[in-house]
Amino acid sequence: MTLPADLKYTKSHEWVRVEADGSLTVGITHHAQDLLGDMVFVENPSPGRTVSAGEECAVVESVKAASDVYAPVAGEITAANAEVEGSPEKINQDPYGAWMFKMKPVNAAEVAGLLDAAGYEALVAAEAH
Amino acid sequence: MLKQTPLHAVHRELGAKMVDFGGWDMPVNYGSQIEEHHAVRRACGIFDVSHMLPVDVKGEGMRVFLKRLVANNVDKLKTPGKALYSCMLNEQGGVIDDLIIYFMDEQWFRIVVNAGTAEKDLAWMQRCNAEWGANLGLTPRRDLAMIAIQGPQAAAVLHGAMPGSEQMTEGLKPFNAVNVGEMFVARTGYTGEDGYEVMVPAKSAPFFWKALLEAGAKPAGLGARDTLRLEAGMNLYGQDMDETVSPLESGLAWTVDLKSERDFVGRKALEASEITRQLVGLVLLDKGVLRAHQKVHTKHGAGEITSGTFSPTLQQSIALARIPLGIAPGEEVEVEVRDKKLQAKVVKYPFVRNGKALI
Repeated sequence: MTLPADLKYTKSHEWVRVEADGSLTVGITHHAQDLLGDMVFVENPSPGRTVSAGEECAVVESVKAASDVYAPVAGEITAANAEVEGSPEKINQDPYGAWMFKMKPVNAAEVAGLLDAAGYEALVAAEAH
Repeated sequence: MLKQTPLHAVHRELGAKMVDFGGWDMPVNYGSQIEEHHAVRRACGIFDVSHMLPVDVKGEGMRVFLKRLVANNVDKLKTPGKALYSCMLNEQGGVIDDLIIYFMDEQWFRIVVNAGTAEKDLAWMQRCNAEWGANLGLTPRRDLAMIAIQGPQAAAVLHGAMPGSEQMTEGLKPFNAVNVGEMFVARTGYTGEDGYEVMVPAKSAPFFWKALLEAGAKPAGLGARDTLRLEAGMNLYGQDMDETVSPLESGLAWTVDLKSERDFVGRKALEASEITRQLVGLVLLDKGVLRAHQKVHTKHGAGEITSGTFSPTLQQSIALARIPLGIAPGEEVEVEVRDKKLQAKVVKYPFVRNGKALI
């Protein structure tokens, strides 16, 4: 699967889309869902919660294992996707469509420091060795 | 270097995701673990279980040896082909391994042991063989491959894949085996469904596997094998019991024969021990997934989950847990899941048998 070029990525396998209003939409990558396998449980952060960069703020669980999802940058959670909580398998079916939460970053410049598609692809390739 | 079964190349061809399982490079799934799980409950799935080790025991006085070696009583094996599930204990009453003993005839018993414990088990058996002067032949059969064919359509699949096998399995009752030529067929399994575990020479395994797929079976990996066995309430060695715990605190009292006068290894320790814990089933009432090693709080003290997962059949999380005695089915307990305490209900397991929910 080719990585969407318009997204930013984290070393902990989240993808981040910068919306027109500067808010961020966050999900987990195809690679992350592929490693975890069939998703059966999603726990999202509550809107209004403030998080620091790299803070554990959501959990995805597959049949196999539980995995933390981290805030890509510091900010405030503005929305959580109830649809993926009700149907966690959507993350397997459409990882870049099945977003988990939205947030407003404290410092928009911090987003620029995240990986681009090429950088993330290199990271995944390096992990495979 | 990971060990490979005779079907390793076949798994790769099928695009399996491989994992290190006790030193073996094994398929965890071929795509979706949940679909493989449902295939076994509803139709038929096949598993490569060639990492498990058959050990053939031959010679005079085998029964005397086995009556001392294992906690269940091989005198229950009266008719040829009959199988017995048992624990092999150490002197402290801890579980060295759980295994299946097939009584083929008075000159031949076949013991199938777990993959991760195979070398340890074999060394233990050889030591007992020497120390007790039993003088038996103990032959590990790494030249065999083992395929588990499981599900309500297992018989049709086996017969479709191997014309002539109908006669072989006709009248074969659960927990019995038959050997014809180079093929050993046991009506056993680890899924809670009808099915067979078939041993064939390693070189025949890829052909046999492909014939089973052509006859309608779906390949299933160790991931589905684990969720199926847990729904079926079957213990997993290394998780639900090991050398440090008693079978009597692991839900395995039914496999320990204390009625006969036999002096089996571990018996004295078991009889001297005080039983304070029990293995129970848990069903999670809140949302989330129970996992091994999560702490369980009961009104009589703390315990621990030994195996936990999401049950694809029940669509909720289930677990086996070792908790203090005196907590009965129907009572609620609390499980620590990350920073939360979730409610779970104690139930009698198995959770699922023959495709049907039992809880």
